Amino acid sequence: MAKRIDVSGLNAYYGNFRAVEDISMTIEPRTVTAFIGPSGCGKSTFLRTLNRMHEVIPGARVEGKVMLDDENLYGANIDPVAVRRTVGMVFQRPNPFPTMSIKENVAAGLKLNGVRNKKVIDEAVERSLRGANLWNEVKDRLDKPGAGLSGGQQQRLCIARAIAVEPRVLLMDEPCSALDPISTLAIEDLIGQLKEQFTIVIVTHNMQQAARVSDRTAFFNLAGVGQPGRLIEIDSTEKIFSNPSVQATEDYISGRFG
Amino acid sequence: METPRDTSAPPSGQQPSSSNLAGASPQRGRSSLSDTGNTGRRGDAIFKFASSGSGIALLVIMAAIAAFLTVRAVSAISADHGNFLTTSDWQTQADPITFGIAAIAIGTIISAVVAMVIAVPVSLGIALFISHYAPRRIAQALGYVVDLLAAVPSIVFGLWGALFLVPHMIGVNAWLNQYFGWTYIFHQNEPGTQPRSLFTVGIVLAIMILPIITAVSREIFLQVPRAHEEAALALGATRWEMIRTAVIPFGRSGIVSASMLGLGRALGETMAVATVLSPSYVINLHILDPAGSTIAQTIANQFGESQGVGRDALIAAGLVLFVITLLVNGAARLIIARRKEYSGADA
Repeated sequence: MAKRIDVSGLNAYYGNFRAVEDISMTIEPRTVTAFIGPSGCGKSTFLRTLNRMHEVIPGARVEGKVMLDDENLYGANIDPVAVRRTVGMVFQRPNPFPTMSIKENVAAGLKLNGVRNKKVIDEAVERSLRGANLWNEVKDRLDKPGAGLSGGQQQRLCIARAIAVEPRVLLMDEPCSALDPISTLAIEDLIGQLKEQFTIVIVTHNMQQAARVSDRTAFFNLAGVGQPGRLIEIDSTEKIFSNPSVQATEDYISGRFG
Repeated sequence: METPRDTSAPPSGQQPSSSNLAGASPQRGRSSLSDTGNTGRRGDAIFKFASSGSGIALLVIMAAIAAFLTVRAVSAISADHGNFLTTSDWQTQADPITFGIAAIAIGTIISAVVAMVIAVPVSLGIALFISHYAPRRIAQALGYVVDLLAAVPSIVFGLWGALFLVPHMIGVNAWLNQYFGWTYIFHQNEPGTQPRSLFTVGIVLAIMILPIITAVSREIFLQVPRAHEEAALALGATRWEMIRTAVIPFGRSGIVSASMLGLGRALGETMAVATVLSPSYVINLHILDPAGSTIAQTIANQFGESQGVGRDALIAAGLVLFVITLLVNGAARLIIARRKEYSGADA
């Protein structure tokens, strides 16, 4: 089942540099939340703290609390590997494993979870590829390399790979920035379907995209170069794009800066 | 041949009006876009000549070596009173002359296989430790040590093997014989002898080929795109699972190439083998026994004191080594080519 995310007092560091400062927010289950803001405002960094991917970078660390329903992801006896199996992630550039076929790519997460039963894997592969709106395009070439697909197909393959392990939350870090408009549309449609099952958080540089796909929008900003990024406001997408509470948000969405 | 591209005019009958920029139709005169000689075309031609010349020179040298080896080998083999392929003895001074590569070819392969079995896993372990586990400072220091190991002359490894490793292998051999003697290869005919054996040689060779395999595979592992590693981590892979899912498959062809470089050195190593092994021209698959010899060692040991057919016989042995190396490399290429579309080289 999709889960609620409740962040309080979160700081993220790269070495001694504080990239994200004191963020608190609540993300409701089965909604799409979009993070917008200028480059360097820490929205991707913050996204990566939600599945403990931030700390895989040498020297990076996190302070604060991220509650997934009633479990703190940064609690003492929490295994980051288990967190990442619950909170899936899709990256900016499509990154299917080049050494694997389409089917092996989708099954990669299942294999990591110790699933060996061929029938179970085949069913999960089909379900996930259907879920990612890719099944009809690839069902006849499941054994061909995943790297042979187009960029948009590769990104949907990555989404299929992420949802195959049935995560509760799906994080997407600018999933369409490397794609053409048609592929982008396909992914956006997909996001609309996926939110029936998953809690989705998407980072985007494209404000129209945020307006199209999200229920709630969070605006991040930074005071200047070398300053940490902060959450300026989070509200319903409609409100953010029509009548935001903070002047900086309005300046940003109306194109006055950033 | 100055501007080879200009001669590749469009196929006849296809729109002759679409003239080439470089003035393929002379009646138009020299436009500002024609080749005035200062657009670097000459440098292009010189470079093309130099690079294709180098490539051709390599082929010519290879062919010349093969031809030389073959001609001399044929004259030796026709003087041989034994069967060159199945005889294990090496009597080129005696009458009648009998020699064959059976024993020394098998000895070469055994020592190289022992070396590979030990060196490849250890090298990959070191390479992965350097690329993915060690803190940067330790990784750097370890990298230097590995490179240093590559710079040690082979005679030094040979002396170390003969003076240190051989006496210390007695206990190891006794243990292997006691617990693994049933596997046949670890059986000792005469327990307790000085183990100047193919097994000891294999260990020395393993240490010698370790640096090259480590250095090459480390470079490959460092080239694995961060995006693939993060993809695995984000699926909930542990570090070892990430290495198994993203790093090793990506580096597969590189690992094979690295191993082949090491194997090439192990097959051809002369000095270290000659120092450690006491040669005997018998086939003995009990690798702990002080028996057997390798092709390179035989050539080195006997070249000084043989002449005529004796020398040609050594050249024939060299040809066999050449062929073994070619076969091994061919096999490696097949392994790499079989999964070419999955190589990730274009990612």
